[in-house]
Amino acid sequence: MTDDLTRLSISALAPLLARREVSPVEAARAYLDAIAARDPEIHAYLTVDVEGALAQAQAAEARLARGEGGPLTGIPLALKDVLATKGLRTTCASRILENFVPPFDATVCSRLRQAGAVFLGKVNMDEFAMGSSTENSAFGITRNPWHRDCIPGGSSGGSAAAVAAHLCAGSLGSDTGGSIRQPASHCGVVGLKPTYGRVSRYGLVAYASSLDQIGPVAKEVRDAALLLQAIAGHDPRDSTSIPAPVPDYLENLGREIKGLKIGVPREYFGAGLDPEVETAVRAALRTLEGLGADLMEVSLPHTPYAVAAYYIIAMAEASSNLARYDGVKYGFRAPGGNLLEMYAATRTQGFGQEVRRRIMLGTYTLSAGYYEAYYRKASQVRTLIRRDFDAAFASCALLATPVAPTPAFKIGEKTDDPLTMYLSDIFTISANLAGIPGISVPCGLSREGLPIGLQLLGPPLGEAEVLQAAYAFEQATEFHRCQPALA
Amino acid sequence: MVLSREEVLHVAQLARLSLEEAEVDLFTRQLNDILEYVAALQAVDTTGVPPMTHVVPVWNVFREDAVTGSLPREEGLANAPAREEGTFVVPRII
Repeated sequence: MTDDLTRLSISALAPLLARREVSPVEAARAYLDAIAARDPEIHAYLTVDVEGALAQAQAAEARLARGEGGPLTGIPLALKDVLATKGLRTTCASRILENFVPPFDATVCSRLRQAGAVFLGKVNMDEFAMGSSTENSAFGITRNPWHRDCIPGGSSGGSAAAVAAHLCAGSLGSDTGGSIRQPASHCGVVGLKPTYGRVSRYGLVAYASSLDQIGPVAKEVRDAALLLQAIAGHDPRDSTSIPAPVPDYLENLGREIKGLKIGVPREYFGAGLDPEVETAVRAALRTLEGLGADLMEVSLPHTPYAVAAYYIIAMAEASSNLARYDGVKYGFRAPGGNLLEMYAATRTQGFGQEVRRRIMLGTYTLSAGYYEAYYRKASQVRTLIRRDFDAAFASCALLATPVAPTPAFKIGEKTDDPLTMYLSDIFTISANLAGIPGISVPCGLSREGLPIGLQLLGPPLGEAEVLQAAYAFEQATEFHRCQPALA
Repeated sequence: MVLSREEVLHVAQLARLSLEEAEVDLFTRQLNDILEYVAALQAVDTTGVPPMTHVVPVWNVFREDAVTGSLPREEGLANAPAREEGTFVVPRII
């Protein structure tokens, strides 16, 4: 029975908690037991906070007993280990932060605490969120719950695997180039990247500051809406956060999408798209049409330049952001030598190879004489990509595309070739460059039984419409009910 | 090749990284592959196109110049690899 609790969505668990048919401690224990039993095989978690989770659950219980609390009170969640949690180790899956205990909470964490959520622990990721497979974690790979020889996607692979394997009720990830949507797609769960600036980045360990955005990974679309509702909104501690009011993200769920204009960008269905993914996504388009949506072909002509622009911008910003890891104020310090030798030894031993590769490339593109040719040029191309989306959204409300060109690939398949790995982000990167919201919802299974995701993109601050269409699609299909075989 | 072996070593020095011999060759090859790929951007006409930074431009974010709480010294130093008398300690510079 207690394991059954872990199969419930947030939306199904919350009323049981509110009616006090299930206690938050019971729910937390069910998940902690599931983690102890099944996580050794998946390795979604880097840190499990048994004591902290039970204390939070008891506090939630007291709150519910007083008739207080909301839809997230007592809900057990997992946080990507890129989010600062006060008093709880936050590693970014890097040796350089292996023993870092933040003295403060990320804004999203404090908002979830205020909502009464329970933090089970911190989940795995590519080191500093740099990667598409979670293989770049310094603390070991995470396995795809659907197929243990496959990657769960990345960089929020721990979040997606934990949600898919029912090792948490929901999770927060971060998405710089697809790091929420791609793992959600590969693990058959829902992942939402909000508009840049919709959610505060305060306390999110920075990778590429103009692209990073925090968002939910969830079992169902409604759960994603609930989590977004709790974390969205302006924060004076993040000057890039948008001071616009937060709408009710649940309000549109269940409204029909008859007459909704959905654009299908032709550049997203070309060479390189796996035939099984194309079949599943085309079938999903017919489902949307069956629900009354008007499909129309659109063009985003600068799509072929997105990966190049993205990697220049991301690596340049990364090289600058990661300059702070110098072995002085926090984190790992290599012993011996003078100051300069200490810096180099600390950074060389503390960072994994992909992180060093990106720092190198970013340092080069920002070095004297190259800024104009690389960073500035990429930022101009970024404007053109944004204008492509503006033009498309002038004639349609949303766009529908694949999330990833293939289902989850095998562990080790792409680790020797960074460029091939980068190209697996081809359909998700543009949304980060343009700053627009996007969601991944399950839309099929490959012959090998691996999940395939449908991506819906909206205009800036169009989260409510994105969620509405994703919910309509989810409710019209059975894919979200498909479950991986769990021991 | 855009980037020579010597330039890779120079960039490593700028980034405060020390590369092993085998890694110099690996990075020289991989960084060149990536730079060749991103060179495709040069074909895009960006004359008069402004660079983009934010989807919803937020200009001139001001706040009151008020004194607020800050991290207590003890908490700020708690993660330091080396500390002494309430300060961070670094290896000798001169």
